[in-house]
Amino acid sequence: MATVSRAAAPGPGSRARRWAAGFKERDTWAAYAFLTPWFIGFFVFTAGPMVASFILSLTDYDIISSTQYVGLENYRQLIHDPKVSLAIRNTLVYTAMTVPATMAVALGLAMLLARVGRAAGVFRTIFYLPVMTPLVAVGVLYLLLFNGSFGLINRALEVIHIQGPFWTTDPHWVKPGLALMALWAVGANVVIYLAALMGVPQQLYDAAAMDGAGRWRRFRDVTLPMISPALFFTFIILTIASLQTFEQVYTAFFNANTPTGTDAALFYVIYLFQQAFTFLHMGYASALAWLLFLIIGIVTVIQIVLSRRFVYYEGER
Amino acid sequence: MSSRWKRIGLLTAIAAALSVAVAVSLANAMTDRAGSAGAAAATNLTIMGFGTNGDDVAKTRYALAEKAVGGGVSAPNGGFDDQQFLAAIAAGDVPDLVYFSRDKVGTYAARGALVPLTSCVKSHKIVMKQYRSAAVNEVTYKKRVFAIPEFYDVRTVIANLDVLAKAKVKLAQLNTKNWATLKTAARKLYVASGGKVSRIGFDPKLPEFFPLWAKANGQDILSKDGLHPHINSPKAVAALQYAISLINAQGGWNRFKAFRDTWDFFGKGNQVAENQIGAWPMEQWYYNVLAGSSPTVKIAALPFRARNGKVINYETGSAWAIPKGAQHQAAACQFMKTMTSVNTWMAAAKNRAAIRKQKNQPYTGLSTANAVADKAIFKQTYTKINKYFDQAVKTVLDVQQHSFYIPASPASAEINDAWMNAVNSVLTGQASVRSALNKAQAQATAAIKNAQK
Repeated sequence: MATVSRAAAPGPGSRARRWAAGFKERDTWAAYAFLTPWFIGFFVFTAGPMVASFILSLTDYDIISSTQYVGLENYRQLIHDPKVSLAIRNTLVYTAMTVPATMAVALGLAMLLARVGRAAGVFRTIFYLPVMTPLVAVGVLYLLLFNGSFGLINRALEVIHIQGPFWTTDPHWVKPGLALMALWAVGANVVIYLAALMGVPQQLYDAAAMDGAGRWRRFRDVTLPMISPALFFTFIILTIASLQTFEQVYTAFFNANTPTGTDAALFYVIYLFQQAFTFLHMGYASALAWLLFLIIGIVTVIQIVLSRRFVYYEGER
Repeated sequence: MSSRWKRIGLLTAIAAALSVAVAVSLANAMTDRAGSAGAAAATNLTIMGFGTNGDDVAKTRYALAEKAVGGGVSAPNGGFDDQQFLAAIAAGDVPDLVYFSRDKVGTYAARGALVPLTSCVKSHKIVMKQYRSAAVNEVTYKKRVFAIPEFYDVRTVIANLDVLAKAKVKLAQLNTKNWATLKTAARKLYVASGGKVSRIGFDPKLPEFFPLWAKANGQDILSKDGLHPHINSPKAVAALQYAISLINAQGGWNRFKAFRDTWDFFGKGNQVAENQIGAWPMEQWYYNVLAGSSPTVKIAALPFRARNGKVINYETGSAWAIPKGAQHQAAACQFMKTMTSVNTWMAAAKNRAAIRKQKNQPYTGLSTANAVADKAIFKQTYTKINKYFDQAVKTVLDVQQHSFYIPASPASAEINDAWMNAVNSVLTGQASVRSALNKAQAQATAAIKNAQK
């Protein structure tokens, strides 16, 4: 059996031969012709700048003066820079708060929408509308809604006799406040989860009900596995987006008109931006960008490895 | 009609609509380009940081300066953006002129991004003596002038007389010379109930005005050559400790800022009109805001005094500079000369006065970096408003001669960031005054050392 498997496994040589043989077909040429615009875009606007930024990360570069090669000095510097570790910590804590909260709220709303029948379309649109708000506006809105004394959030908490914290000034509450504000754009995930929920076959629920499964059991053993690819997709996307959070936090805490940026709100991309465009340390900022790329890569690989245990793809079984 | 044909019809209609939209967009884009080409026939002077959508003062002066260079000026709307400027330099598409805050001059001049104006001043016979010396010094790096100063921000203490009367606090008690008396007055003016502030007595304007408090205690936070920070000197530490104690005496930073963030700063219901503040140091342009939005408020302007009793004014403002690689340097020089000349300022002031008169709103004059222009403006265009605004305008003019500035430094941005972060970390309770300022001092020193490499 083992011998048969080994013989059947295509080696790299045979794979290359098959790939080359494909070019005898007219369709292969057509396919590559259609893919060409993407290839051009990828190499010019993504791969090219990435290579350039890696080269810049090995230099002392401020755009204005001449570039000096400094080897790995920028990488050595970022290891010893206390603000880098602070920014990483802040960003990871914020991500750990934002991603599960967004997924849970989005799933809850999607499940409610799945039950409302015809009106779901209207609600879907309503939930999606905030996603279209510019993130700069979200930053300003955050300061208004989460004002410690007069904001809507604390006024609502007062109704149920809870003294709300000073979300925008107390360092302990800055990140939870921002994570709550991130729920503003939960609508995009609601739409994805709703589509996934609609695709769960009704007969699976019927069969589970016949076997005596209650509501929670059906959710855990039918709904969650069946929508796990959608959950996994949003998990990855939300994690990457949270690790790259910038606009709303910069607007709320670091713009020139409200110079009240606390250490608690120093997120990684904000520090990267400051190094590049405020202090003109382009080489160092490039090294910071590569470190972020590495962090995102590691986090994503861990998520993908873990996903093999939890994500169910129907077509694979 | 079958549903298939309906779908085809719908898709055709969408495709037709998209085609029309694309055609219209292309036509607009081509028209814009043609407009630019037409402008290019004259000078094709490009400006970054100064749009044509400014107020009447900006528009009047822009029109005169454009005329002086023979037209063909391109000034896209939007303020100066470092990212945009650097991208333009990287792309080799350098603007001919930039308009930005004077505190940026040191950083860019040290990196060779700006052209020294020695030959511009000489060839266009720009009289540098007409500009206020503090503003000129602010844009001078290594004894060379790199920009022409434009506006001139003056900081005085604005006192709300209605609030003072209600709290039975005298104007003399707000003298920043006497720190103990000032704190007592702040406490008397402050109102809070149920843990919420409803009136701030005296706002020290932190973190932005830390250099002013340090100077009041006899400490410049940066040496004249811009190379030696004194952020953690005992005098600077004592100044910040006092300024923060003013906030702590009025509910603490969390409550204080939460309340301050709710003010309708530019509207009719501003903090003075609504009696939400007793007094605070502020730039002179706010008198103009009050004159426009709530002209009946009863205010008084007090000069900011150092602890030795001397009047001090922390000045800042905007400036014009020519980036290295600019294609039309002569036109750029002419443009900024015209923008900051006495005649241009006078034209803008006359126009502003006329507009205000038409709207039946008080006119408080202009505060420019051109001392000769200011003299002419207030002599020829200013008419008395009421005793409150007249006194404020007089105080602003009086304190101008007592100005100090933060000198140009190769690491201006990092130094600003260092002390601003330090003050914020103290305000939010994350660090003590001494340790925060020590950290800021170390950061600023390292940044200067790095910039000098």
